[in-house]
Amino acid sequence: MSNIPAELKYLSSHEWVRVEHDGTATVGITYNAQDLLGDVVFVELPEVGSELNAGEEAGVVESVKAASDIFSPVSGEVLEINENLEESPDFVNSDPYNEGWFYKVKLADESDLDDLLDAEAYAAACEAEDH
Amino acid sequence: MGNKTALYEAHVACGGKIVDFGGWDMPIHYGSQLEEHHVVRKASGMFDVSHMTIVDLEGDDAKAYLQYLLANDVNKLKEIGKALYSGMLNEKGGVIDDLIVYLMPVGYRLVVNCGTREKDLAWMQKQADGFNITLSERPELAMVAVQGPEAIEKAKAVLGGEKADIISGLNVFQGLESDGWMLCRTGYTGEDGLEIMVPEKEVADFWQQLKAAGVASCGLGARDTLRLEAGMNLYGSDMDESISPLQANMAWTVAWEPADRNFIGRVALEAEKADGVKTKLVGLVLEERGVLRGHQKVVVEGLGEGEITSGTFSPTLGYSIAVARVPAGTGDTCSVEMRKKLQTVQVVKPPFVRNGKRVYK
Repeated sequence: MSNIPAELKYLSSHEWVRVEHDGTATVGITYNAQDLLGDVVFVELPEVGSELNAGEEAGVVESVKAASDIFSPVSGEVLEINENLEESPDFVNSDPYNEGWFYKVKLADESDLDDLLDAEAYAAACEAEDH
Repeated sequence: MGNKTALYEAHVACGGKIVDFGGWDMPIHYGSQLEEHHVVRKASGMFDVSHMTIVDLEGDDAKAYLQYLLANDVNKLKEIGKALYSGMLNEKGGVIDDLIVYLMPVGYRLVVNCGTREKDLAWMQKQADGFNITLSERPELAMVAVQGPEAIEKAKAVLGGEKADIISGLNVFQGLESDGWMLCRTGYTGEDGLEIMVPEKEVADFWQQLKAAGVASCGLGARDTLRLEAGMNLYGSDMDESISPLQANMAWTVAWEPADRNFIGRVALEAEKADGVKTKLVGLVLEERGVLRGHQKVVVEGLGEGEITSGTFSPTLGYSIAVARVPAGTGDTCSVEMRKKLQTVQVVKPPFVRNGKRVYK
């Protein structure tokens, strides 16, 4: 059922981050997050050029069911946001790890990654939340 | 573990996400609530509504009893099968429940909410003192709502024979029996369609036949967005025992005439009316980004505050709608506190959507 790619890092609040070859990091929300939220209808993303701190609010996801804050897993300057989500917020449901990405940052401090969960630890966190 | 309808296994088998709904394990959706919503507006969908409570009423005093029990007047029902929507009020005029009552060949049939079942039955029994009536619950009847522009044709094709003929002859808000089934042209979506009461043992087959005919399984999530677009109240959210029908967009369901009909709550409603009704239930529209949600605070400049009673994203309109209880003098706009910020929204008269189209001004 669950879909937690091994190559990503996670926050227990269900955000994922993928470090790209060029030292940038892409952020989104997990399969579990979208499954809990149900159909996503709006995504509010940070502004390009803004500076995010790890653990800080970076945006909001609204589904038919609820509104949920997005927390940034890492610090850095926002380089790009997924503008397709304006027209097609359903990408967050249909393809949360690829087309449903939220924003890319220039990693300010790679050691941020050490504070994040790996796939196994995130799976355990989800399991704990279920019970 | 909650109560399970006769269709529970069918829901699980086709991927229904099960949640607790008033003590019942019901499907909230089967994958996408939005798709299920759209299919009802554009084609046809079906909902398991077997959790609703069906009560038959018989006896010499059945009519007099209902004329006392309900704010609407069953004397309006002249044709067999004709249905009436009414509030059942307490002495203070608060809504104990909203229900549909059908005039049956013998007596009446009432359909009440599942979440209020116990208190409804207790209240109905208590008020029966002095009336020659019997109340019998019909838990062996399941209920399936088939809704959407193609719903009636699909249901007729599946059922065939006498049942199809009966459906062809049904007026809006009428229900007739056949073979232990009851075929009703009613619904909670703002589309044409049927609510069909089916003996429990036959309902799984009926559901599979509808599915084979292309009727989509839809969960309670879509049912809620559809009813809200249609401007229909949800008991427990939009009204309850502390709210009178005059404050819940249900003034049209209060039959004041004949003036000598004494129904429970009448005295309180007359006093409220004479005093001026203090609040009203209105529609709110937010065409910008964001979703209005139940319990958000409404601010009306110069008049005071109110509260959203139901709010959602409207899949048909592509933006958020809500109903809110606000001060009676509220005009064309007000503000809603959303995520700590005040957002201006438009005040409209529900419904928002009927038969697939935007209808509010």
